[in-house]
Amino acid sequence: MGTPLLTVEDLSISFPGDGAHRVTVVDRVGFSISAGETLALVGESGCGKSMSALAIMRLVPKPGRIEPGARIAFEGRDLLTLPVPEMRSVRGARIGMIFQEPMTSLNPVTTVGSQVSEAIELHANISGEAARNRVLELFSLVGIPDPKSRYAAYPHQLSGGLKQRVMIAMAMAMRPKLLIADEPTTALDATIRAQILELLRDLSAKTGTAVLLITHDFGVVNEVADRVAVMYAGRIVEEGTRVELLGAPRHPYTQGLLRSIPKPEARGKRLEEIKGAVPRPGHWPQGCRFHPRCSSAFAPCATEEPARTVVSATQSARCHLVAKVVGEARP
Amino acid sequence: MTVLSADALLEIRDLKTWFPIRTGVLKRVSGHVRAVDGVDLTIFPGETLALVGESGCGKTTVGRAILRLLEPTGGNVWFRGQNLTGLSLEAFHPYRRQIQVVMQDPGSALDPRHTVRDCIAEGMDAFEIGAGYEDRTRRVAELMGKVSLDPETMWRYPHEFSGGQRQRICIARALALDPALLICDEATSALDVSIQAQILNLLADLQAERRLTYLFITHDLGTVRYFATRVAVMYLGRIVETGPTERIFTDPRHPYTKALLASIPSLDPARRSTRPVALGDVPSPERPPPGCHYHPRCSVRLESCASVDPPVIAFADGVCRCVLAAK
Repeated sequence: MGTPLLTVEDLSISFPGDGAHRVTVVDRVGFSISAGETLALVGESGCGKSMSALAIMRLVPKPGRIEPGARIAFEGRDLLTLPVPEMRSVRGARIGMIFQEPMTSLNPVTTVGSQVSEAIELHANISGEAARNRVLELFSLVGIPDPKSRYAAYPHQLSGGLKQRVMIAMAMAMRPKLLIADEPTTALDATIRAQILELLRDLSAKTGTAVLLITHDFGVVNEVADRVAVMYAGRIVEEGTRVELLGAPRHPYTQGLLRSIPKPEARGKRLEEIKGAVPRPGHWPQGCRFHPRCSSAFAPCATEEPARTVVSATQSARCHLVAKVVGEARP
Repeated sequence: MTVLSADALLEIRDLKTWFPIRTGVLKRVSGHVRAVDGVDLTIFPGETLALVGESGCGKTTVGRAILRLLEPTGGNVWFRGQNLTGLSLEAFHPYRRQIQVVMQDPGSALDPRHTVRDCIAEGMDAFEIGAGYEDRTRRVAELMGKVSLDPETMWRYPHEFSGGQRQRICIARALALDPALLICDEATSALDVSIQAQILNLLADLQAERRLTYLFITHDLGTVRYFATRVAVMYLGRIVETGPTERIFTDPRHPYTKALLASIPSLDPARRSTRPVALGDVPSPERPPPGCHYHPRCSVRLESCASVDPPVIAFADGVCRCVLAAK
C-alpha cells in the first residue's frame, strides 16, 4: 500500500457548552486513506462523521475547535499547521468536497459554467477560452448531457441530479488527490442515486482520486466503498474492509445497525431493533458508550472504555466482548 | 371506472389535483402543474398499501387530497361508501377522525408551546372524546404506554424528546382518535436506521392489535418490500403499476418499476447490484412529456410511446400502464 495519502490521528473536536465546560463531539478519531481508495465513514446523526470530514478541510465551524494533539497528514504535510494561504491552495485544488444539498452549494445568480470556471481560474493559471474548454471537458466527464448548453444554465434550471453532477465537476476541476463526499446521494431520488453512485465509482477508477465518503446508508457503502469505519458517539468503533464489515461485523453496534435494516427475507417478522436512542454529545455514557443499548454488555462495559482489538490485518473493533473472544481464541 | 368494490375502505377514482402556474405582473394562469392526473386507487381494510415514487411524482398530494388538506380539481374519494369530495367541510368533520396522518418531520408536526399531554389530547378536545380534562389525561397516559413512551414525561415539551420519540408522540396523537386509516407520509424517512426499525415494529404491532389500515407513502423501497401488503407505483402524476408486494418485487411489469427496483443497493458484500436503468432525469411535472410520461427515460420504448397515451391494462392482481404489458 505504501504511505497513505491521508492520515488522521487523535482528532478531537469540541464546542463550548455551559460555562467554561466544552462539549466533545469528535473524540480521538484516527483513520487513513491510501491513494485511489474509497473509505466510507458511517454512522447515525450526531456521531461526528461530518465534523471529522470538515476538520480535514479545516472548516470546523466556529466556535468549534480542533483540540491540540491532533494530526492530519496529507501528502506528507500536516494540514493543521499549514499557513492559511497554503491551506487555501490545498482546499479545492488537492482536496475537493461535495455536500448533500447541491442546491445550497451553488450560487443561484451565476451560471453553473462560470462557477466551475471560476474555481479553475482560482487555482490554475488559465483563463478565458482555455478555462471554458476545461469546464466543458469536466461536464462530459461527469456525464452532463449537452455540456455547451448547460454551461450557460442557472442552478434553478437544473434538476437535483444534474446539480450534483455540477458540484462533482467543480470538486474534480483541479484533479484532486482526495474527494470528500458528505452524503452525496441522500437528497437524490432512487434512480438518480444509482446514476451518481456509478459516476463516483467510475471517476475514482478513471482518475485515481481517493474518496472519503460520509454516509448513514450501508447500501451506498456496499456500492462504492473499499474500506469502512463505523462511528458511534464521537468514536470509531469498528473498521474493516467492505466485505468484512458487511459480511462479518464484530461490534454489536455494527451488527445491530445491519440487522435493523428492513430486508425482504424479514417480511412478516419483527425487525431487530437497537433499544433506546443515540446519546447526544455531552451525554455520552461512561465506559463503552454503546453499553446502555447493547444486548451483550457485561461487567467491564459500564466502567472501562474498550481498547481497539485487532481482529484481522484489516479489521478491528473497540469492544470488550470482541477482546474477550479474540483473547480466548489466542492461547 | 365507477364500479366500486363493496369491501373497500377507501376508493379513489380519477383523482386530479392541478396547481395553477401564474406568470407576469397580472399573475395570469398560464398553465397547470398536473401533480395528480387521474389516479385510481383502492385500499382494503387491514392492509398496508405502499404508494411509492420519486420526488414530485404526486404521492404526497394524493395523501393531502384524501385528507381534504387541499381541494382536488376533479375525481372522487369514497370512504366506506361515502363520497367525501362532495361533502361540505362541516359534513366532512366526522371523517377527519377516521383518517389520520403521520408526517415525515415530527419536529414541525408538534406545537413547540404545547406539552406532550396537550399535543396528544388536541384531537380528543376537537372531537370531544372522553369525559373532561382528567379523563383525557388518563387516556394520554394510556396511549403513551402503547407507543412505549414514559407517561410521566407528558408534562414536558416536544423539544425535550429525540426524533424517534417525537414520531411516537405523533403516532399516539393519531391513535387518540381511533382512526380506521392512518396515512404515513414518509413517516420513517427522517429517522436513523436503528430508530426506523423501532417505529416500523410499533406500526406493525398497532396494525395487528387494532386492524389499522395504512397508506404508506414513501420513496424507500427496502421498507416497502418488508412492510407493505400491496404496492402502487406513481410516476409524474399517474399510477403506472399496482400489485401485491412480492409480485411487484419479483416480477415487475412496468419499465419504470423495473428501473426503481434496479436502483436499490444491496447489502450483500458478494455483489454490488445497482444499475442505473432509467435514463436521464425526472422531467418537471409542469411539462410532462406527451404520450407515456416515462418514455424519454425508458430503454424499451416503442415509437408510438412518444405520442400515444398508454392504456391502463388490468391484470388479476393489479394494473399496469404500459403498451408492452399487453403482450
